[in-house]
Amino acid sequence: MKIHHLLGATAILALGTLGAMAQGYPTKPITVVVPFAAGGPTDVIARIVGEHMSKTLGQPLIVENVAGAGGTTGQARVAKAAPDGYTIGMGHMGTLGASPGLYPNLTYDPQKDFQPIGLAAGTPIVIVTRKDLPVKDFKEFMDYAKKNEKTINQAHAGSGSVSHITCILLHEMLKIDPNSIPYRGTGPAVTDLIGGKVDYICDQIVSVSSQVKGGTIRGLAIATPERSPALADVPTTKEAGLPAYQVSAWNALVAPKGVPADVMKKLSDALIAAVTDPATKKKLEDLGGVVPDAKGASPEALAALIKSENDRWVPLLKAKVKP
Amino acid sequence: MELLSNLAYGFSVAATIQNILLCLLGALVGTLIGVLPGIGPVATIAMLLPITYKLDPTGALIMLAGIYYGAQYGGSTTAILVNLPGESSSVVTALDGHQMAKKGRAGAALAIAAIGSFIAGTFGTILIAALGKPLTEIAQAFGPADYFSLMVLGLVCAVVLASGSVLKALAMIFLGLLLSTVGTDLETGEQRMTFGLLPLADGIEFVTLAMGVFGFAEILRNLEQEQSRDIVEQKVTNLMPTRADLKEAAPAVVRGTLLGSILGILPGGGAVLAAFGSYTLEKKLSKTPKEFGKGAICGVAGPESANNAAAQTSFIPLLTLGIPPNAVMAIMVGAMTIHGIVPGPQIMQKQPDLFWGMIASMWIGNLMLVIINLPLVGLWVRLLRVPYRMLFPAILIFCAIGVYSINNQPFDVMLTAFFGLCGYVLIKLSFEPAPMLVAFVLGKLMEEKLRQAMLLSRGDPTTFVSFSQHPISTVLIIVSGILLVLAVTPSLRKKRDEVFVE
Repeated sequence: MKIHHLLGATAILALGTLGAMAQGYPTKPITVVVPFAAGGPTDVIARIVGEHMSKTLGQPLIVENVAGAGGTTGQARVAKAAPDGYTIGMGHMGTLGASPGLYPNLTYDPQKDFQPIGLAAGTPIVIVTRKDLPVKDFKEFMDYAKKNEKTINQAHAGSGSVSHITCILLHEMLKIDPNSIPYRGTGPAVTDLIGGKVDYICDQIVSVSSQVKGGTIRGLAIATPERSPALADVPTTKEAGLPAYQVSAWNALVAPKGVPADVMKKLSDALIAAVTDPATKKKLEDLGGVVPDAKGASPEALAALIKSENDRWVPLLKAKVKP
Repeated sequence: MELLSNLAYGFSVAATIQNILLCLLGALVGTLIGVLPGIGPVATIAMLLPITYKLDPTGALIMLAGIYYGAQYGGSTTAILVNLPGESSSVVTALDGHQMAKKGRAGAALAIAAIGSFIAGTFGTILIAALGKPLTEIAQAFGPADYFSLMVLGLVCAVVLASGSVLKALAMIFLGLLLSTVGTDLETGEQRMTFGLLPLADGIEFVTLAMGVFGFAEILRNLEQEQSRDIVEQKVTNLMPTRADLKEAAPAVVRGTLLGSILGILPGGGAVLAAFGSYTLEKKLSKTPKEFGKGAICGVAGPESANNAAAQTSFIPLLTLGIPPNAVMAIMVGAMTIHGIVPGPQIMQKQPDLFWGMIASMWIGNLMLVIINLPLVGLWVRLLRVPYRMLFPAILIFCAIGVYSINNQPFDVMLTAFFGLCGYVLIKLSFEPAPMLVAFVLGKLMEEKLRQAMLLSRGDPTTFVSFSQHPISTVLIIVSGILLVLAVTPSLRKKRDEVFVE
């Protein structure tokens, strides 16, 4: 397969018909590799954005879920895909931002092996607790956590998951090292939070918002500069007294290195058209997503984001998570 | 009375032409993929998700739910006909179901599976409607320690009632547990026993192992013997179960339904434990336990009812809390979120159409499935007359496609072939694969729950037997202990020889 693609690419280069190839692009469906199981936040965002992009591009975008190893299996597949614009990937904070700090045998470099298409949507992190934890607000929670560092229990969705690493950052800021209970996925972790078996979780708004609204768990703070319309009663970390804690699990489209520039432009324009479309934007916001403007969804903005996220997560995780 | 008006409302939603057609479509697709070995509901629902963008959320979910329980019906068909359990819960069905098929009673086995499933499905649906909320609270009471002890009880059952050689059964149970630990360590993220192979990083898939040790190994064994290649005897005595069959199976259906309904609300291993527990129970209560493993109808009726009841009640956490208990439900949550509904505890108040409509459609779907499946019995049985030399390549191809479709990884197909060889060797040495599969399924959850419980208790193992902290766990451990003690008494020892013989 690889050799075949390589030969194909060389032939096209030799003929100098790169422009001609891209002009017709896309002439067949485009595969969007989602490195997580169907139904999760990244998958849903990929499907919502992909639906609008397929209208712009005139070809369907087909989601392929390649889950495994914290999303790095799917992300690696994108890195190795033929750079023809027909395989792109919906990467996210974990696979593009934090993975070099978590997986020593990672087969790709988030900054070197991909070309950014653009940011699709971020899903803010919310700190939620069991409903009967004896704290009134986030400020009290911070004091409580510091005081009860030895007995408090934090749950997360497995080593390297968003809920794991975002709480590591919180603990780093609070200078605590509490007991951390791993689960397989967000569902079972939230179940035990509702059942009061564990004390708190840091997780994406979409995974917890309806539970908070239903009163089975409590939302203490949301880690974005502004409150989310999806959880308007939950104060920001800035209001609640820990302004430095700003985390959002962002989801972004990338292509393998080597895709012709005009193909990249078509993809990036289609993404910007999707996220600035009022109906698509509303769908994403209903889930609690933070949708970028045209500038925020540009390839340049994404390149800068990947770099700044690598700088923030890799040293922290290398120090805190020992594989 | 409120329940009746709610159900009536649900039926008014579910019984529109569009929703009935969607339900039928889902049930048909589900039956089809259930019958095709290895192609599971997860991959199918993920593929069909784009179709649902254009539907209203209720219709979309009715269809997706139809696929899910349709696959449960269809899955037992392959387990019975060709000894291929496509789902963890149909491992048990394969034990006696396939033996019945070999005796020319495939029709009766298929029919009793469908009838049992329908009765169980009806009961499960009523239970969701009437007692959804309180049952959720019971499930909430189960913490990591309680789950662990429940799994221990499951494994003790497997040991106590394992067949001929206890030593061999134990070996298989431990092998199953060992295989379940392959993959990334839950807590540290470290790779265990993966030999540096990335496709093993998330462990071994159940389907990969089951297809290998059951399906592929069975094919190898069949090909070895020229004479016995035809899977079943040509003469098929009768397609439908006799009156005596029904009378014999009825109590098993009732017990299976009750057991399945209770265990189904526990996420994870609920359905497997239910099917396995029902088999154990039936064998223990049977007057002719020797028949088990040789084609006992109760060995099909009980577990099939149990796993279908569990499949229905496993919707409870999704419908009352919005939390998906398995991968299929997670995709359903995705389907809802794409439509802007983030499912949660308020779904019953905020989306009554969706909630009651879906419950009503489950019953309609189950009715449809029984109507679809009973006439199909004749067709399936005729399928067995296809010469084996033509049938087995088709089975192999479908298995390969199915295994590939789980993670889109070619490696999984090779691994299945490897397990097929292992399974063949195991058959030759008269080791039974069933206890291994049960241990494999329970092992993953057991390890997870053990570690969570130990972390929560700060490393204190007495947490499992501390009545004040974990009364459920304590009781379960005591029951497990009693069962173990009983195992050494001679009366039970005699019986042990009879369960789990394939």
